[in-house]
Order: sequence, then structure tokens, then C-alpha cells
Amino acid sequence: MVAVERLVEAYRAFAANGASGAPAWLKELRDGAIARFDALGFPTTKQEAWRFTSVAALTETAFDLAHPASRVPQLAEIQSLLLGDGPRLVFVNGFLARSLSTPLSDGVRLDGLAQALIDAPDLVRQHLSKYAAFTDRPFAALNTAFVRDGAFVHVPAKRTVEEPIQLLFLATPETGGARLVAHPRNLIVIEREARATVVETYAALGEGMYWTNAVTEVVAGDGARADCYRVQRESDRAYHVAVTDVHQGRDSTVNVHVVSFGAALARHDLRGTLAGPGGYLILNGLYVLAGEQHADHHTAIDHAAPHCESHEYFNGVLDGRSRGIFNGRIIVRPGAQKTDSKQTNNNLLLSREAHADSQPQLEIYADDVKCTHGSTVGPLDPKALFYLRSRGIGEVEARRLMTYGFAGEILNRMDVAPLRAQLDQIVRTRLAE
Amino acid sequence: MLEVRGLHVAVNGTEILRGVDLTVKAGEVHAIMGPNGSGKSTLTQVLAGHPAYTVTAGTATYEDKDLLALKPEERAREGLFLAFQYPVEIRGITNSYFLRSAVNAVRKHRGQEELDPLDFLQVLEDKLKAIGWDDTLMNRPVNEGFSGGEKKRNEILQLAVLEPKLALLDETDSGLDIDALKTVAQAVNKLRAPDRSFVIVTHYQRLLNFITPDVVHVLADGRIVKSGGPDLAHQLEAKGYDWLRAGAMVS
Repeated sequence: MVAVERLVEAYRAFAANGASGAPAWLKELRDGAIARFDALGFPTTKQEAWRFTSVAALTETAFDLAHPASRVPQLAEIQSLLLGDGPRLVFVNGFLARSLSTPLSDGVRLDGLAQALIDAPDLVRQHLSKYAAFTDRPFAALNTAFVRDGAFVHVPAKRTVEEPIQLLFLATPETGGARLVAHPRNLIVIEREARATVVETYAALGEGMYWTNAVTEVVAGDGARADCYRVQRESDRAYHVAVTDVHQGRDSTVNVHVVSFGAALARHDLRGTLAGPGGYLILNGLYVLAGEQHADHHTAIDHAAPHCESHEYFNGVLDGRSRGIFNGRIIVRPGAQKTDSKQTNNNLLLSREAHADSQPQLEIYADDVKCTHGSTVGPLDPKALFYLRSRGIGEVEARRLMTYGFAGEILNRMDVAPLRAQLDQIVRTRLAE
Repeated sequence: MLEVRGLHVAVNGTEILRGVDLTVKAGEVHAIMGPNGSGKSTLTQVLAGHPAYTVTAGTATYEDKDLLALKPEERAREGLFLAFQYPVEIRGITNSYFLRSAVNAVRKHRGQEELDPLDFLQVLEDKLKAIGWDDTLMNRPVNEGFSGGEKKRNEILQLAVLEPKLALLDETDSGLDIDALKTVAQAVNKLRAPDRSFVIVTHYQRLLNFITPDVVHVLADGRIVKSGGPDLAHQLEAKGYDWLRAGAMVS
């Protein structure tokens, strides 16, 4: 376990220098997390949750812990990644780049986590690491050990933020430079009856190898509404490992939209907990992969309270020799009566070498519930192809149109217009390749 | 317009059409009737270019071109249209986007400028008005969740918008109640034109109460065994198909 030792060693250096000024509770949290990571080690394909995804390539590479970048990109370099001039935080290799960020005022807090730890330590302490458990998740443990910066969004009770808030995470790999790992840690708190839309984007300026190990915690208070978008368009050589945990109060609504285009290896663990009655959750995801890409989405919806509703839609478009994995777990706790949960996962194989694994997993401990799931894996429907051709649409264009429509089923649920335009553009470009 | 000679067609090695002859002139409406399994649908699918069927002998000439040498999309661009018996769902693509793609593929082929969404909307509105329908189906994904009647209506709408020279209607009446049948028939009647021909495949005579054909053919066991005027349809309604099968043997 050389890789684990190397990281534990890196942690000691980090705790002694970069993190030495932290409050006691945070030091304790970090120490506990690195101890847990040390005990767990990296996952292996012998573990059920990692059966289809080997992280051997990642553990065999020596990554240096990223530091605040000496060079921050110019605004012009990131323009195509932005959603207009709305409120945003831009991070470079995991650290807030204030010069590229646009603040929000008026009682809504939008700042780097490092700054929030100074300005609002009690608020951060109240929520940080309360939702993204790391007992059995080594990457979440590692992220928690290295907690330092990331996005902190706090919308006070009954406030509505109209404009989407963008959180842009940039990697700036340099050819021949050090291979860096960043552990961005995001905390999004939408208090009681408040409302906000948050768009997380992970992207790179440059083509090199790096590792993003992100954790995002989202809290939606009673009657709150959160629309969370997550776009992963890392460099083709990147490793992207992420955990998103959503915690919902009574009568809250959360829509989580996930799009995964990039990285050589991507793994996203997405969990939603419906902790109060009347909660409503949508998980809407799309992965578009080609070449040798490997993306693994493990989702879990935890119905911990009665009268909640959840809908999950994940579509995968797999070309080349890519591999897409979807694991969708639905847990209905004892007493979570009147649960209504639907899950679908459809995979479109555009080449003979592409491969998809789809695994629904239902754990139901209540009797008065409605839970359904369905999954498909297959090529384009030849009947539909002939139908389009019989209308004058050429074969290549017909295939493209059907594939675009398949991706569109997911994209059509997304409401943020400039984001939708960006995603449409990416999908169209990829289909034209 | 269309000249089919001695057409033999097989699917998965089984011969379904065994020498079909059919001549359709510009502006004519032909009805092809026949019992189940006689090859009616196969004939329309082959003429539209379905790749599952193999032509083993015979020819099909469409406007002096060898129809069988053209790809399905080329046939459509040359003005051939098939209204499907079982219209297919296209996920995630709205009906209007699909129709515009189809119209533009045809326009491009004719050397005309492609229509932008606004121009297309105008064309669509005119067509809808002409056949007396509204636009409720336009912003839904193609055929997804459509009722049987809506699917068939959608086929006729495509016919109206694509303005083919030769329209093949494959059992457009099946699964329709009498009101839906009338609506579809009225739309077809409005689309009849001196330079547009129809081949209407149907199992029942009832559609022909509303669309009067110029010629009625009976297809049985892979051949056209009898042709006649509109009266033939009434005879078939009264007597069924069996007398023709026997007759075909002796004639």
C-alpha cells in the first residue's frame, strides 16, 4: 500500500504547514478522516461497490497536493465555460481565484470555504462533513482529510436567488509539470423556504494528467428548493472522483442534474437523503463517452421519511471502447410509507466495443410503497432508423439525430438556458466526431 | 409514375411476393386489398426501401428511375412517401424538429434553400390549416405516447408537409375508430392532386367509403389476382377473398 502511505505522509506535511492554523474541531475532523482513509485504503474490484471500476492506474501515479496557483488564467481563457455574468466562484486547482469570481451580496453568502472558515466558522461547523459520511468511502475520507478550500454557498431562510450561481473548478495541468491532485470541498446550504440554482462545472485548461477528488454537500431545509447542476468535462487524461450528498428537509424539492463528458476515469457517488416527509427529488443524469473513457455513476436515494417522491433518469451514450456503469440504489426505510420512487437507466451503444453495466438495487423495508425500475442497453433501433430514412433523412444524419434525441431526453429537463446551450453544443460536437 | 414488373421479394429466405405487376399513373388512387399475410405491407415496405427485404426478381420503375437501386432516403427525396402501419417512436426529438429535418433534406436535394425554424413554422401552419388540424402534436417527441389515432394522423400530416408525388398508405385505417377514420380520409382527399398518386393498402373496404379509388387490386398469395373499379371493393366486402384465390388458379 505504497500509495496510501504516500498520501498519509502528504497529510502529515499538510497538517504541519498549510493546515496548522485550523480550529481544533477541524483538526480533529481531518485527523479522523486520514485515519479512516489509512484504515480503508484504496478500493479494489473485490469490493461490491467497485466491482467494475479499478483505480489501480490512479494509485500507481504519484500526485502532488495542489497549492494555490502561481498563475491565474485570464477571464478570456475561461469565457466559453462561463454562464454569462451571473454570480460565480472560480477555483484554480482547488483554490478560489478571487479575481475571476463575482460575489453575491445582500445576505447570501457565496465565498471560498477557506474564507468562510474565518468569517462564519460556526455556520461551516454546523454542516461540514455532517452529510458526506466517509466511514466506508475512502475518497470522501481523503477529501475530508485535506479539506481546505472549495465553494461555500449559504442562502438564508425564505430568500430566493434568481440567477444561477456558477461554481467553476479549473485544472491547469502543464505538460511536463507536476501531476496535481485537488480536493475541492463544497458546502451548499439552502435554508428553510429558500430557493437557489447552483451549477458546478469541472473543466481543464490544458490536456495533461491530474486528479480531482471532489466532495459536495447540499442541504435543503424545510420547504426549500435547490436546483443543482453538475457538469464534468475534465481533460481526457484526468481522473475524476467525486461524492455528492444531498440532504433534504420536510417538503423540500431538489433537482440534481449530472452530465459527464470528460476524464479518462470518472467515478461519481451521488446520494440523496429524503429526511423529512413530503420531499421531492429528481436525479437526472447523462454520460456521453468515447474512446477508452470509463465512467461509473453510483447513485443512492434514501427514503428515510414517509410521503416522499423520487424520480431518477440516467441515459448513457457509449462509443468507441468506452465503458459506462450505472448503479442505482433505492432504500426505503422502515416507516417510509407512501414512498413513490421510479428509476430508469437507458444505455445506447454506438459501437460494438462499447460496454454498459446497469444495476438497479432496491432495498425496501416498508410495505405501502411504489417503486419501479427499468434499464436498457442496446444499439440504435433499426426500425426508427428506417423510419427517419424513409422521410429523406440520410443514414448518418438519422443516426446523429436519434443519438441527439436520446441525450436530449435528459438535457430537456434542464432549465438554465445558457447551460443548456453549452451542453447542446458539446453533445453536437461529440456526435459529429 | 410507378411501374412494377414481376416483383419477387423474400424475407429471411421466405418468398412473400411472387411476381407482382402494378402500374400507377399520375394522379391516380389505387387501393390494394387482400387477406392477412398476402404481402400487402411487404409491397409498400419494399417500395420504400426497407433493408430487411430482398428483391429476388423483377423491376420497379419510378419516374423513369430504377427505384430498387435507390436508398430509402433517396426515394423519399425523389417524392416517394410511406405512411407506416406502425409508426415508430423517436425519443427526445420533437415532431416539429423531425419534420423540419425531413423537409430540409428534401429541399436540399431539390437545390432549394433550407428552412429556418420560423419559416418552417409558417409552412407547417399553412399545412395544418389546409387539412383542418391543430398543432397539438408538434412539440411532443415523435410518436411517443401518441394514441393509435394520433400516430396515424401524424403520418398524414407528414404526407401533407413533405408533398410527395407518390404516397403509399399502409393500413392507415387499422386501429382507427370511425371518427378518426373519417378525419384521416378527409385529409387524404384534400391532398389528392393531378400530379400526386396514392397506393392505399387496406384489409377492409370501409376506408374506401370515404376515399374513392380509381383502381382496386386484390393481392393474394404474393400476386395481384384481380383488378377492377371501385365496385370490386364492394364485392370483396360482400364475398370475402376466397373466391378469388380459387379463381386465380384457373384464370
